[in-house]
Amino acid sequence: MALFLQLTLTGLTNGMLYALIALGIVLIFKSSDVINFAQGEFLLIGAYAMFWAVGQVGLPWPVGILITLAVAVLAGVLVERLVLRPLIGEPIISVIMVTIGLSSLIRAIISLFFGTASQPFPNFIPRTPVAFGPAVVPADRLWALGLAVALLALFILFFRRTNEGIAMRAVADDQQAALSMGISIQRVFAIAWAIAAVVAAIAGVLVANIVGVSGDVSRIGLRVFPVVILGGLDSIPGAIVGGVIIGLLETYSGGYLKPGLEQVVPFVALILILMVKPYGLFGQTRIERV
Amino acid sequence: MLALNNIEVIYNDVILVLKGMSMQVGEGQIVALLGSNGAGKSTTLKAVSGLLKPEDGAVTDGEILFLGQRIDRLDAADIVRRGVFQVMEGRRVFEHLTVEENLRAGAYTQRDARRQTQDLELVYGYFPRLLERRQQTAGYLSGGEQQMLAIGRAMMAHPRLMMLDEPSLGLAPLLVEEIFRIIRRINQEQKTTILLVEQNARLALAVADYAYIMENGRIVLEGAPAQLQENADVREFYLGLTDVGTRKSYRDVKHYKRRKRWLS
Repeated sequence: MALFLQLTLTGLTNGMLYALIALGIVLIFKSSDVINFAQGEFLLIGAYAMFWAVGQVGLPWPVGILITLAVAVLAGVLVERLVLRPLIGEPIISVIMVTIGLSSLIRAIISLFFGTASQPFPNFIPRTPVAFGPAVVPADRLWALGLAVALLALFILFFRRTNEGIAMRAVADDQQAALSMGISIQRVFAIAWAIAAVVAAIAGVLVANIVGVSGDVSRIGLRVFPVVILGGLDSIPGAIVGGVIIGLLETYSGGYLKPGLEQVVPFVALILILMVKPYGLFGQTRIERV
Repeated sequence: MLALNNIEVIYNDVILVLKGMSMQVGEGQIVALLGSNGAGKSTTLKAVSGLLKPEDGAVTDGEILFLGQRIDRLDAADIVRRGVFQVMEGRRVFEHLTVEENLRAGAYTQRDARRQTQDLELVYGYFPRLLERRQQTAGYLSGGEQQMLAIGRAMMAHPRLMMLDEPSLGLAPLLVEEIFRIIRRINQEQKTTILLVEQNARLALAVADYAYIMENGRIVLEGAPAQLQENADVREFYLGLTDVGTRKSYRDVKHYKRRKRWLS
């Protein structure tokens, strides 16, 4: 029982982090049909911005967070403007290839400035273990869990309630019709990229706080792809459910079956689910009126 | 209010769609723009609303004036903000959004939240059916309801000129009549000027104050509906009548090739 509780809590925190990162991928895909393979590198940007501000310059951590967020917004908007806007109207596949190139570029630039060695992250979130009955969870994981839940709830509200959120969903549905309402598509794309970069940066800080800061932080970006495909590329609830499922599957299979198996089992589950639901669990099927 | 002076529209730098197209829409009027498939009616509307760009089209000559100011170089969002709103052909509702979210998307350029709520009520007043379905996903509405939603969405933007592209497309005759009644009411009660593109000439001439007939990218005939209805060519080719009340049989058509006089 203790093991089960331990694995569940660890799986949940991992899962919610995945969900947070997946949110960025879903957002970009929803609004512009582009799969952003550089999402993992946005985590790096966040982690290193924080590392630089707090660890190297020695600023207090609230300032560090503000700087990190600003850097993330800037990175998202810059990528949209410099890399993606010139590609509007080009085939989607070339845009996707560009994001792959972008991921190498970001990683290279960061290692140029910070080197490739793993470095300790300035711990501003306490790691004191918190006991849940027989299970023990470090406090930073709980922080990650809470923050992820709060952010996801915030974004769901944003998409349901605010004009900007509705406009983003409208663009995802029918770009030309959205244009005819006076919605600026470029603005919507820029917002989508900025939000994606911000959630990734926050996730990057949380991950770096748990595992230390190095290029490996971006690897979690790749592990998120099963999550978004499982949940449905265009569904925010799907990102959350997919994240939790993959997170739990990983820890359960690693804990109960065999360590190392956690790398494989999520993909097996992914294939099984896609055989039954090809759009993912919550993916939008095309509405056809008959 | 709206004036197109000799405009020319070219798609993809080579395909000339409109050439020397001119027309006027007076404030408070309902103006109908009629014509067969491919005459350039939708292109005319898109030229006005700035929606040509995503289709690689451009106004290459002439000018479009709205309230005395040139709008042919502005982008779509600016044109909407100035009060020109196009209801696109084929309804184009946001299928995965609810009815109310669709309406709020239409109000994107209107940032006053209190006014938005009032406008919602206004639209629901015109279209009670939308009120019943406000939380439903728009993609599952019937064709008529989607057309109502498309018009309601346009009302949310407070346009001074509403351009409707074939509102009767694919709808049952009864529904079409209902929609046209509402269009008339919007024109009279909200003082919205309406530019109506239609294939259904009979209906359009019935509601319009003035009408233009378009062929091959330019206006070939214009006048008050009563006047146009008397024109032999309009009767023949748009209303399908030779004598009052009698329909033309296919047999006659086969044997008698009449040429439109306004061409050539």
